[in-house]
Parts: sequence; C-alpha cells; structure tokens
Amino acid sequence: MSMINYASREINCKIVYYGPGLGGKTTNLEIVYGNVEPDTRGKLISLATETERTLFFDFLPVDLGTIRGFKTRFHLYTVPGQVYYNASRKLILKGVDGIVFVGDSQLERMEANQEAMQNLYDNMAEYGYDLTKMPFVIQYNKRDLPNASPIKDLQAALNPGWEVTDAAKMRVISDPYHAGENLVEQLPSGEWVERAQYFEAVAVNGDGVFDTLKAVSKLVLKALA
Amino acid sequence: MPVGSSSWSFTEDDFSQITRALERFLTDCNARCALLVDRTGQLVATVGDRPNFDPTAFATLTAADFSANDQLAKLIGENDFNSLFHQGEKESMYLADVARRVILVVLFDNRTTLGMVRLKMRPTVQELTHMFEQMFARSAAQAGSAPNILAGADDEIDKLFR
Repeated sequence: MSMINYASREINCKIVYYGPGLGGKTTNLEIVYGNVEPDTRGKLISLATETERTLFFDFLPVDLGTIRGFKTRFHLYTVPGQVYYNASRKLILKGVDGIVFVGDSQLERMEANQEAMQNLYDNMAEYGYDLTKMPFVIQYNKRDLPNASPIKDLQAALNPGWEVTDAAKMRVISDPYHAGENLVEQLPSGEWVERAQYFEAVAVNGDGVFDTLKAVSKLVLKALA
Repeated sequence: MPVGSSSWSFTEDDFSQITRALERFLTDCNARCALLVDRTGQLVATVGDRPNFDPTAFATLTAADFSANDQLAKLIGENDFNSLFHQGEKESMYLADVARRVILVVLFDNRTTLGMVRLKMRPTVQELTHMFEQMFARSAAQAGSAPNILAGADDEIDKLFR
C-alpha cells in the first residue's frame, strides 16, 4: 500500500523479497545497503536468530530519486524463508506494493523454490491480492554454482506464465532484458500467456542485485502513474 | 491502480490537524513524544521532542510488534489487542490502535505516569480515529478520479532508472 505524504513530499512504497530459505534474500539487502550512498539509505534492521537465519524480517529503507518533486522512498523487506515461519512471513506481505521472488538456482533446491512460490501465491490470495496483477519480478540467484539448473528449467518450473484473458493485453511484449524472449506471447496452443520479468544473479558478488531492484521499483512507480 | 495495492494519501491540512491534536495530548499528559505509524510500517507523523533514534526503523518495528501481537491475540481467542504497553527503567511506551489502520505510539518517562497517559490517550484516539476515517473515506471516494501526481510521469520514471 503506497502512501503519499504531501506534507513531507514523499512517496513511500513497500517491496518484499520472498523465496526459499538460504536463497539469498538477506544478501540482496546487504548488497544494496553496502552499495548505495549512506545519505540515501536508512539503517538495515535484521530480526534474526543467533545463527543469522531471518526470524521475522530484514528491513532497509532506500531513496531512489525524486519524481515530480516527491522523494521516492522504498521500504525493502525480506521474509524468513524457512517453511515453519509462515505466520510471520504472511504478516510482512501486508500492504506490499511489489514482490521480488529470489529463487535458488541449485538443482536440489528446485522443490523448495516451487514450495515457496506456491506459498507466496497462497499468502497473497489470503489478503485478496492477485500476484499476476501486481509488480512482480523473479531473481534466479547463485548462477555461479556448478549445480545451477539451466534458466529454461527454472522458468518452466517457477515462471511458466499465467493466462492472459483481457483481449486488450493480447499483444506480444518483448522482454527488455533478454533479447529474443517475450514477456507476453501466444503459445502454439493459441493461448496467450504473460510471464514475470526475471533476472540472473550472484547476489554475494552483487551481480544482478540492482537490476532486480530497479526493475521492481520501476514497475511499482509505473503502477502508480 | 493495481489490484491489492490500495493507496492513501493525506494533505497538509490533514497533517496539521493531526499534529495539533497530538500536541494538545502531549501537553495534557506530559509525555515526551508521539509518533503515528501506518500498519504497514510507514511513519506518518512525529510530534514533541525530536526522537534521538532512527524513526523509520522505529516505525517498521512498531508495525511488526503490533502485527505479531494481533496474531497472539487471535491464538488466545481475542480479536486483537487494541493497546500495548512496554515498560522500561526510565523510558516507557504505550501503543494504541487508531481506526484499524494506524498506530499511535507515545514515549514517556518518569515525569508522568502510565495512568495519566492512558487517561488522556482515550479521547485523543477517538479524535484521531474520526479524522482518519474521514481521510480514508475521502481517499476511497477519490480513487480513480483524483489528479494523480505521477500521472504521465512515465518518462521521468524511465529516466530515474537509466
């Protein structure tokens, strides 16, 4: 739920990083924290266990610039990835404006990715939010590992696309980040589908972290425009 | 407006009305500082002594505190806890729900008492609830018809992320 404060001339938006445990959600925030100008970010808050597993959430506010004289302030949150923390995970989704799903590319984490994606859809639905109609991007993290699944397998499992039913939207939209690929297209079966934008990342090195953040922030602001 | 992302906004008039109510309350109960925090964790207003902590982080944790307590309430068969009290050695805080969307947080020290804060808080919460309900009703009525400050700003948004 974005909030526009005319008194302080700020637009506040909430972005949540979601995904399976140990996938790199917290690392994304740490990289953002370490690489933006100190005067454009607030404190990085982590509610974590002694072993640095996220217990409730991590939180980082960042300013991404000014539009029409309004400061655009993004509140970045991560959720705890471990399955049994669903109650706190769901709380963080309240009032969300944009979602980043951080998937773990490792072959053996495929099932955990799918479970987390299903859990995201379920939790969003409980709030009455439709993930297919909101700013949503996917990050495939850990691309540098030798056991990383091919992108096409990850796409098939996690981002197969949802059916486009609105006739006005049935036109090919190419993926600005991947030449030769489309975000909206017609399948050989005749059905139109739309996929979320995706990014490859090696979050520990910072690769792909800002591309992901920029893409989701842009979608959030465009949804307001 | 995308489904599921209902927005609200408030004007400078709203802001000064809120501020006046809170200033009156602080004088009445001799508390140090009052903060209004949206349930999603965004700071709406701060009145009184300037807090010497990061107010954004404070707002986020307040909302999380309230949300977690709401869930605890449900587990014991209550709908919610409409107020929370955290007692410290020198500083304490009292939190109360306003219109189910906003949380009023009051920070106070030993210059006043919990009883006094609680007593003066009740009418203030009522007053704020009334103000916010009007504000939300107005936001809902204007949805789709209000001039959007970001309308047509696509180019500017693109430029921001170049």
